[in-house]
Amino acid sequence: MLTLADLGILRGVDESGDRVVVTITPTYSGCPAMQTIQDDLTEALRRAGYAQVEVRTVLTPAWTTDWITAAGRLKLAAAGISPPGAAPRRASGPVPLTLVPSRRAIACPQCGNPDTEEIAAFSATACRSLHRCPVCREPFEHVKEI
Amino acid sequence: MSFDAAYEALTDHDDDARWAYGTGFADPLAGVDTAVPQDVDRGDLSAYCVALGDDALIMSHRLQQWVTRAPELEDELALANIALDLLGQARLLLTRAAEVEDAGRDEDALAYLRDATGFRNVRLVERADADFAHLVARLLVFSAWRLALLDRLTTSTDPVLAAIAAKGVKEVTYHRDYAAQWVVRLGDGTDLSHDRMQAAVDAVTPLVGELFVPDRVELRLAPAAVAVDPSTVRSEFDAVWAQVLQAATLQPLAAVAEESAPGGTGRDGVHTPALTEILAELQGVARSLPGSVW
Repeated sequence: MLTLADLGILRGVDESGDRVVVTITPTYSGCPAMQTIQDDLTEALRRAGYAQVEVRTVLTPAWTTDWITAAGRLKLAAAGISPPGAAPRRASGPVPLTLVPSRRAIACPQCGNPDTEEIAAFSATACRSLHRCPVCREPFEHVKEI
Repeated sequence: MSFDAAYEALTDHDDDARWAYGTGFADPLAGVDTAVPQDVDRGDLSAYCVALGDDALIMSHRLQQWVTRAPELEDELALANIALDLLGQARLLLTRAAEVEDAGRDEDALAYLRDATGFRNVRLVERADADFAHLVARLLVFSAWRLALLDRLTTSTDPVLAAIAAKGVKEVTYHRDYAAQWVVRLGDGTDLSHDRMQAAVDAVTPLVGELFVPDRVELRLAPAAVAVDPSTVRSEFDAVWAQVLQAATLQPLAAVAEESAPGGTGRDGVHTPALTEILAELQGVARSLPGSVW
């Protein structure tokens, strides 16, 4: 199971007796899963016996795909989702503009072919892009580096 | 499972209010330290967050109107994702504005219960797009401008604004690349796509000047590094715009005169009739059925 800790969304857990404070951070500003994540965390922690459960959100530092754990990356790949590479490091100055579709070397999570192509920079969710493998002919999703 | 049972399964939760339109969403800043720094005027900070939030909210709504109308499914997903990012930014900013204002309003009251004259968005975001070329030209202008603003706001002395901006920079970078790549593809495409892309660039140009005119709130907040004076990002915007137009074999900005915003700008509450039309759609349910959930 891919967990909130695997994804780097879980930023802290503070336990004290039957009270627990869990801190999470959103991936993207408009992530529609945040409410469900909060509800599920509260429910799961109550079931686990905590009388007082508080879920806090932090916005800073902004979430980065670099926080996805090694185990999380393996689980993503096993589920057919290509895990992100290293997040881009900004030099000083304006944010660079990318005028051609990215040509990153993203391996196909189905067959391992290292030479795949990007179909679209946005996929079923904001955090993933859509790709296809010319060898096994399968489309797949890639978690975008941010 | 019958249809009725499926509907029950979807809605029969104690937290089902989140399915409602205009009510019941959790405060997106819940648990965030929202203290206002000393020496910052609360009214000004609130007004500034409203302006940046309104830009995102109205642009998001226009993008949502493209869903089911985009040329390809992949572009529909892209536009929906961009709209969702902007809606998320709008929610954070309007929530921040309401908290700082401390007058009993929340994000919903700001989004659904203000009239057009209360909105502070720039007029660029209001326009309905005549075609896909108009959309990508407008999205390029909007995201190149907003990215430059947000990038500077990451060092705002208001920590909440800085945090919202830091997330926004990552998102709007993708939005700008998406729009720029389409402008290049259409501009440097066939004769027909080139001409239509040029017409779209010409049509958006009159709306560009307003983006760089600072209003009173921005001028008061900029010296303390709470806000950004938008006139300071003009050269960065111009460089991006010129780079994209050159790659797209399109004529640059100077070919068409920019409007001088007679009678005030969107930041002053002066809007086009298009905003009234958007608000009728955006606010209709929330206003006719106040507080209702389904």
